[in-house]
Amino acid sequence: MSDFLAFFIRFFPDLMRGAGITLVLTAQGLVAGFVLGLLAAYARVYGSKFWRGLAVGYIELFRGTPLLMQLFIIYYGLPGLGITLSRELSAFLALGFNSGAYQAEYLRGSILAIGDGQMMAGRAIGMSRFKVIWYIILPQALRLAIPAWSNEPVSLLKSTAVVFLIAVPELMAKAKSIAAQTYDPIGSYLAVAIVYLAIVYLLDAALRWLERASRIPGFEIEGKKA
Amino acid sequence: MPDPILETRNLTKIYGQNVIFRDINLKVNEGETVVIIGPSGTGKSTLLRCINLLTPHNGGQVFLDGKEITAKGYDEEEVRQHIGMVFQNFLLFNHLTALDNVMIGLTKVRRLPKEQAKAKALEELNRVGLADRADHYPGQLSGGQQQRVAIARALAMDPRVMLFDEPTSALDPELIGEVLGVMEKLVHDRMTMLVVTHEMGFAREVADRIVFMEKGSIVEEGSPDDLFYHSKHDRTREFLWKITELYGKKEKDKASTASAA
Amino acid sequence: MMGNFFSYILQGTAITVGVTLVALPFGFTLGLLMALVHTYRGTILNRAAAGYSLLMRGVPPIVLLFILYFILSGKLVNLSPFWAGSLSLGIVSSAYQMEILRGALLAVGGGQMTAARAIGMSRLQSIRHIILPQALRLAIPPWSNEASIVLKDSSLVYALGVPEILRRAQQLSATTQQPFLAYGTAALIYFVLVFATNRLLDYLSERTKLPSHP
Repeated sequence: MSDFLAFFIRFFPDLMRGAGITLVLTAQGLVAGFVLGLLAAYARVYGSKFWRGLAVGYIELFRGTPLLMQLFIIYYGLPGLGITLSRELSAFLALGFNSGAYQAEYLRGSILAIGDGQMMAGRAIGMSRFKVIWYIILPQALRLAIPAWSNEPVSLLKSTAVVFLIAVPELMAKAKSIAAQTYDPIGSYLAVAIVYLAIVYLLDAALRWLERASRIPGFEIEGKKA
Repeated sequence: MPDPILETRNLTKIYGQNVIFRDINLKVNEGETVVIIGPSGTGKSTLLRCINLLTPHNGGQVFLDGKEITAKGYDEEEVRQHIGMVFQNFLLFNHLTALDNVMIGLTKVRRLPKEQAKAKALEELNRVGLADRADHYPGQLSGGQQQRVAIARALAMDPRVMLFDEPTSALDPELIGEVLGVMEKLVHDRMTMLVVTHEMGFAREVADRIVFMEKGSIVEEGSPDDLFYHSKHDRTREFLWKITELYGKKEKDKASTASAA
Repeated sequence: MMGNFFSYILQGTAITVGVTLVALPFGFTLGLLMALVHTYRGTILNRAAAGYSLLMRGVPPIVLLFILYFILSGKLVNLSPFWAGSLSLGIVSSAYQMEILRGALLAVGGGQMTAARAIGMSRLQSIRHIILPQALRLAIPPWSNEASIVLKDSSLVYALGVPEILRRAQQLSATTQQPFLAYGTAALIYFVLVFATNRLLDYLSERTKLPSHP
């Protein structure tokens, strides 16, 4: 046990560097995914047949195949078509597109849950569809989505681990290099597991705070009181 | 003879195989309160929504202040600023306070400056008796209060005519009174109103004209006295008796002695 | 040449399916056991199950895969990468399946248990004849989501050298110098597999539906 502690302390700086990259990857992927997801959700709910089809195609493709697969197609496959991207960019795109497909479903669900009543009420006072979506529907839908959506940052954080396979120096990659140095694979991966747990715990706490802070007084997920 | 504020000519709505309503000819003059009654599911709500262009219609025309708003090229959104609508389910914007709910049409649609919008909004909230709840969210208000805010929201746009779609049907019985009270006040203020409701007491007391609709057409139309005591159609009589019996009034005798006379 | 190409990847498909078919049932058995323990047993086991769930779901699957792989293919037990990888995935999945099954058990409700015991059934009998048949049906939709996830996560055993679809795609891309084609084909196969699995489970859900349940 004390061996392990010593081990942990010795490699702490390294682990923290890896953790830093992991967090950056997560944040980037989350934001990119949010933008993509919102666009796709919008297209699916309010778009013409063409945009709807495009959105559905995107969502089905990225939810229907493994992330690792997507990563490899971008990093190893695209060069076959003459497009060569750096490992960081490839990781960013894979994580972003993947997360976007999942976020699209959360957002779509909550936009639909807000319902056409609100759209009708907004239009009844002369607002254009776009204005209603921007001022009335989205502010509510985004808040409503938070509980379900909170799964996504944690899920994304865990997904970033696979990018070590294209040699991005995040946390998992550090584990591998530490294992190589110490010939103690189990110890190394265990140490990394602990760091992941710590990050997840903190992330979770932050998300719960977010949920509390964004609550609309009196408005529960089931709807208003009569 | 000035134009009626609101007029429909041969307004028709068909959904698939069903005729929701056909050839509806309705006039609402300035300052009048017209109440539409009839069995549920006869298209009364849809009629209101076709009038303010929220739902597309299949035939006929709608005129506001003599101008045909169903004509091509008319800006629907612009028109809706002049027609106020109050829904059965209130449909307040849940993420906004009562004050913001009333203000948002003024700031985002009319593009008034914030202070001006706020003053106007407070004025309307005051009119419906809820100025002290301005900073409450819909979820913190009772149904009756929510509906009153909804009325203020519609009034804030200074509409030419107010449409009410069964405004009290979703309310607990004890809350109905406060909403009807506000509506009666509006009648008193000579607001032009078209109301769909089951509240017979309100209709009798306050309406200038009552329209009885069934199966997609207008069966009979007239002053409350006409309809309640001198109705020309059996069906009208039948419907009114059933409803008034429900509310425990003994009108049958009065009506039968009146028509026998 | 195209034929060889395709058949090579298809063999990888068999492995991928194999990994999934080992991991899922294993995860199910383990998950069900723990769900039952968590829902019906005393405080200590309860806490242990909850702790297990938090740990397993708070760490990336690939990290757990590596840890378990090194344990399972070490000195005590020596399993091939295929088995070590599959069982590891099963263990990871068991934590998620436990949550799903627990949710289903709770959704069936204590009332059913009370009614069963009122006619003289033991707890075990109640669980077996009354609760589980309902809970398992309720669990199908979220479970089919998990099945898709396990199928997709099977690609992680690539890192252990198991010759599943992804590994083969990589080898093909090296030999044919057609990386986009190789990985593209792999993507297509995964897509078809996931699609077919979802359809199959949707069908199952419909067939086993109880009239009174939503």
